[in-house]
Amino acid sequence: MRVVLAEDLFLLRDGLSRTLAEHGFEVAAAVETGPELLRALRELRPDIAVVDIRLPPTHTDEGLQAALTVRRERPALPVLVLSQYVEQLYAQELLADGQGAVGYLLKDRVTHTAQFVDAVRTVASGGTVMDPQVIARLMARSTARGTTAELSPRELDVLRLMAEGRSNAAVMAELHISESAVAKHTAAIFGKLRIDNTPDANRRVLAVLAYLKR
Amino acid sequence: MTDRQKRFAGRLVALGRCHVLSLATLVTALRGLAALGALMLLPVGLGLLLMPSTARMLRRGSDLERDRTARWTGTVIDDPEPLPTAPTANGRAVAVLGSTAFWRDLAWAGLGPWSAGLLVAVPPTLAGFGAFGALVQPFLWPHLGPDNWYAFVPVDSTGTALAAAALGVAFFALALWLSVPVLVRYGTWTGRLLGDPYAARLERRIGQLTDSRADALDTQAAELRRIERDLHDGAQARLVALGLTIDRAERLVDSDPEAARLLLGDVRAGSQRALQELRDLVHGILPPVLADRGLPDAVRSLALDAFLDVEVDAELPGRLPAAVEGAAYFAIAELLANAGKHSGGRTVLIRLRRTGDLLRATVTDDGRGGADPDRGSGLAGVRRRLAAFDGTLALVSPPGGPTTATLELPCASSSPKTSSSSATA
Repeated sequence: MRVVLAEDLFLLRDGLSRTLAEHGFEVAAAVETGPELLRALRELRPDIAVVDIRLPPTHTDEGLQAALTVRRERPALPVLVLSQYVEQLYAQELLADGQGAVGYLLKDRVTHTAQFVDAVRTVASGGTVMDPQVIARLMARSTARGTTAELSPRELDVLRLMAEGRSNAAVMAELHISESAVAKHTAAIFGKLRIDNTPDANRRVLAVLAYLKR
Repeated sequence: MTDRQKRFAGRLVALGRCHVLSLATLVTALRGLAALGALMLLPVGLGLLLMPSTARMLRRGSDLERDRTARWTGTVIDDPEPLPTAPTANGRAVAVLGSTAFWRDLAWAGLGPWSAGLLVAVPPTLAGFGAFGALVQPFLWPHLGPDNWYAFVPVDSTGTALAAAALGVAFFALALWLSVPVLVRYGTWTGRLLGDPYAARLERRIGQLTDSRADALDTQAAELRRIERDLHDGAQARLVALGLTIDRAERLVDSDPEAARLLLGDVRAGSQRALQELRDLVHGILPPVLADRGLPDAVRSLALDAFLDVEVDAELPGRLPAAVEGAAYFAIAELLANAGKHSGGRTVLIRLRRTGDLLRATVTDDGRGGADPDRGSGLAGVRRRLAAFDGTLALVSPPGGPTTATLELPCASSSPKTSSSSATA
């Protein structure tokens, strides 16, 4: 799997390249700036882009803009965005086209290599990965507005992990419950929130996120 | 109405105002005379007794004048300082005589009728004379005898009467044409008589600036202290603890690898907490979206985090100065938090507009209203922060709602009032 990596700090760029290479990814290019990222994405056509939001020359949201631009040219190009901060606005912009194949994670998550590599794989295969902080704030908002009032605490846990884009296996491991219990909770959640339950896991995540944003 | 008709109506109104003002000028002249009389009685002692009421009488007149001038001529004259008071009657008189505002009122009552007052009487006089020529002369001339003149026209035949009528119409038209500029000039002259002189305005402005600068510096110092303390008690302390844990893990690596692994897990969790604290700290100093995208998107981001339904209607071309963006952002954040905590409403509308060099933001909620603008340290803090930028915050919250908070901030960093000539540093 070919990766284009954009990160302006040498230490992190180097570390991320190594981590990705160690886990069997081919780092096609590791670039420093927004314009370089645009060029690499257009010319190298990677399977996934791992992008720091803040890049030179403007040191604003250059990386995000480049990723969004290329996704307009090449819809559903998998993009995993890393940042020192999570902002709901940026999460929304990434999710706005409804195509999935996006990830948005805090930079510190890369210190947990296994989870980070999982996230890269999920996004590359068309899935959606949202940082626990993004989901936590969405959940807090839903709770305050009463839109998830019908769910039991356990169902809320499952909903949270599902919205983060975790696989059923990860949910099982995290909550120490069986596969059938996960399936049962999932069905209950979709029934109570009146969201269409599809067998396609990626669509399901997007539906849950759309619900939480209401 | 067509534009022509509107213009005509506007001039007619202006003419009427000139008339009212010229009549009011007579009252002003009387006030001036009365005040002069009171001053002349000073040597016999009676004047001292009369002084405070004289000053109040003049002030009532000048208040009316300020009000009329602002509404009719567009010249806004700053409110004067209140008349001085003292415990004893003599003290009051002396205080009045020592107050510049009293002498300014007197100068206005004494000189205004002879300058602005005469000026403003011109259009109504012309109009009256014109009406006399156009409407009265044609019917009256046969009864007025041989020496009947209208202006420079001897009116003694139908022809000359018609000429007089035409001249009358011309005078009336001239009156109409003059009315608007005369009204404006009246405002300027009255402003010059009644308004604070430039030096006094500057002095007051300097007072304001000194206060708001002291406030701004205090706020900044407090901010720095808070940041220092947060770093010291937060991230710094955590990093020290991390170092200690790593040290213990290092010692345990050979003897008890399992315990060492657990400690390293603690290290990871600790480093994430330290990062989170740094993130929160940075967010409090300068929110990243604000730095990246500017005010509208930063406010949209606030809206997404709010528990209420928040609609953002922002039309701001280009970026504002960074300091203004920051001040507006934190003020809006506070207002939005207040709406969420106290209003009991469900939806909030935030509107951002820029007119010229003024940024205006309104935050309106559909809650129960009745918010007290003077209560709550939050609003006071917002006001203090805005004052450093010459910004203002107004709260309108009738019982039953809705509550609207309006904040206004000049976008240019220098003050609009005194930015004229001395801009060099």
